Amino acid sequence: MENRLSYTLYLADSALILSHRNSEWTGHGPVLEQDIAISNIALDLIGQARNFYDYAARQINQSGLNDPATEDSLAYLRDVPEFKNCLLAELPRGDWAVTILRQFFFSAYQTLLFEKLQHSGVDDLAAIAEKSLKEATYHLRWSSEWVIRLGDGTQESRSRILDALDQLWMYTGELLEPAHYELAAAVEGYGPDPATLKETWLEKIQEVFEEAVLPVPGNEWMQTGGKTGKHTEHLGQLLAEMQFMQRAYPGCEW
Amino acid sequence: MIALQDEKHFLEKVTHEIRVEPKDWMPDQYRKTLIRQISQHAHSEIVGMLPEGNWITRAPSLKRKAILIAKVQDEAGHGLYLYSAAETLGISRAEMIDQLHSGRAKYSSIFNYPTISWADIGAIGWLVDGAAIMNQVPLCRCSYGPYSRAMVRICKEESFHQRQGFDILLKLSQGSKAQKNMVQDSINRWWWPSIMMFGPADESSPHSRQSMEWKIKRFSNDELRQRFVDMCAQQVKVLGLELPDEKLKWNEKRQQYDFGEIDWKEFRNVVNGNGPCNKERLATRIKAHEDGAWVREAAAAHAEKRRAKSARAA
Amino acid sequence: MNKDWPLWEVFIRSKNGLDHKHAGSLHATDARMAIENARDVYTRRMEGVSIWVVESKYIHASNPEDSDSLYDPANDKAYRHPTFYDLPEEVKNM
Repeated sequence: MENRLSYTLYLADSALILSHRNSEWTGHGPVLEQDIAISNIALDLIGQARNFYDYAARQINQSGLNDPATEDSLAYLRDVPEFKNCLLAELPRGDWAVTILRQFFFSAYQTLLFEKLQHSGVDDLAAIAEKSLKEATYHLRWSSEWVIRLGDGTQESRSRILDALDQLWMYTGELLEPAHYELAAAVEGYGPDPATLKETWLEKIQEVFEEAVLPVPGNEWMQTGGKTGKHTEHLGQLLAEMQFMQRAYPGCEW
Repeated sequence: MIALQDEKHFLEKVTHEIRVEPKDWMPDQYRKTLIRQISQHAHSEIVGMLPEGNWITRAPSLKRKAILIAKVQDEAGHGLYLYSAAETLGISRAEMIDQLHSGRAKYSSIFNYPTISWADIGAIGWLVDGAAIMNQVPLCRCSYGPYSRAMVRICKEESFHQRQGFDILLKLSQGSKAQKNMVQDSINRWWWPSIMMFGPADESSPHSRQSMEWKIKRFSNDELRQRFVDMCAQQVKVLGLELPDEKLKWNEKRQQYDFGEIDWKEFRNVVNGNGPCNKERLATRIKAHEDGAWVREAAAAHAEKRRAKSARAA
Repeated sequence: MNKDWPLWEVFIRSKNGLDHKHAGSLHATDARMAIENARDVYTRRMEGVSIWVVESKYIHASNPEDSDSLYDPANDKAYRHPTFYDLPEEVKNM
């Protein structure tokens, strides 16, 4: 029960935090059409987050052990160490190259994850995964194309995406490195061991990078910790902003 | 002689409610008026994303956050439909954006006011979108085809905007003391700027008469403003709140509300660049555009490379 | 190189069995991007099942001045329309 809840919260938190970052582009995109596109992805991700939070809240409320939970209490009233999102999601939005590359790494992972998760032994998770898979597939297509455009575009776009790669690569390992609750999910048959997705994930990256004329970095040191609540400094700043209203006006309905 | 005939034919069409389409003959001034009005309208949608976007990262619940992203994204869409409509008149989007950034084109002054509380997001939906809808519904029958079609699409999508705004305010008005104060304060600040959105009074509105004749415009500024006041004066009662106008009073004889005098000095000042956020809004738009330049160039360069490659392969 | 992305016209089939209908236009660097942009811009409310895009410069339009010669001749061919024929009551639903 504890593990399944952690697992659900990990899925929810990652989607919410990345949605939040992407939504920072709304109104500031490089061209109107792409402003709309990145906002759409933010909307899909917040939708996924809400579905996972809803399921997490039901688990909590059925157990009767804690105070009653809602999607909002989970999103707005937990502090940094309780958030389980991957570190990749919480990094600042950066420029368009950082945003694109991050989305690409994440969507490549989400697509593989949801393909497996839609056959989860837990019906709630399977149903959310099935719906979300369609979205992730589109996000992957969209972000792949942008990776290719930037990698094989102008000199400036190339140097920017190489910088982004340099910055982000060490946060990708965590996606495929199982946390204890993911191992439990694999054992109990309701979620895949992410290590089993690693090879296919890397193949997808290689395929797109080849077209984008980008080098796949060798295995370097990878940052981990987000999944178990050890975050970068950025998450605290993000939560301070995101949770401001709920903290300043406790117990209100909005 | 031919020009005269064209003009007559054009006016006949307009009188008989036949839409004018891009390739049809039209008077130069008609084209200019439309370009000015449609691009100004498009700019308003785009600049209008900023005050509301200011609250996306701080929306107080996940539901509100999702709705707000969707709403601000709709505004980007509306800006896009309108730029496209204006492009049928022979001006490019790049030119229009340049006019905005260089200060030659205007946008609705309402977006030069700051959003300082969450209630402002509700007030914008209820009052600002409400006023916009009042202005826009008649534009669905505008004589220029592409503009009227864009407006039909926009009005369809816009209807949820005003409702979500009122819904935010309603929730606040039923909430804690702090929430009630927040919402009344917000209405106090947004009311007068909203009724200024209908433009100058009829007797001092420079472009109105010609636009009415060409059926670009269907009702006068003052007519629409009166309708809006009548509507809001009723709706504010549902919220159990007040509009900040001591002279607001039902006039039995006119069957309309009387209301106070608009501060036209403030109106002119904000239009002319002295509003609280004029400089900031424009600077933000310019920054987004300039920061995006390398992205647009890269995509164009890549498409060019691809075309060259497939041409070689063929 | 022209940095401004070209203009495209978007046509959407709102459900299977219906024609594609002009929805509006947008800017994109190539057809693939145009289709994706069209999906994001014009089908945010599930308005479509199929999208066509065509670069605006490839659309050829008839000239409004020719409209008399192009369309008026069809005006007097009422026999092309089913209501032209008065059929006996007994022949229903034809």
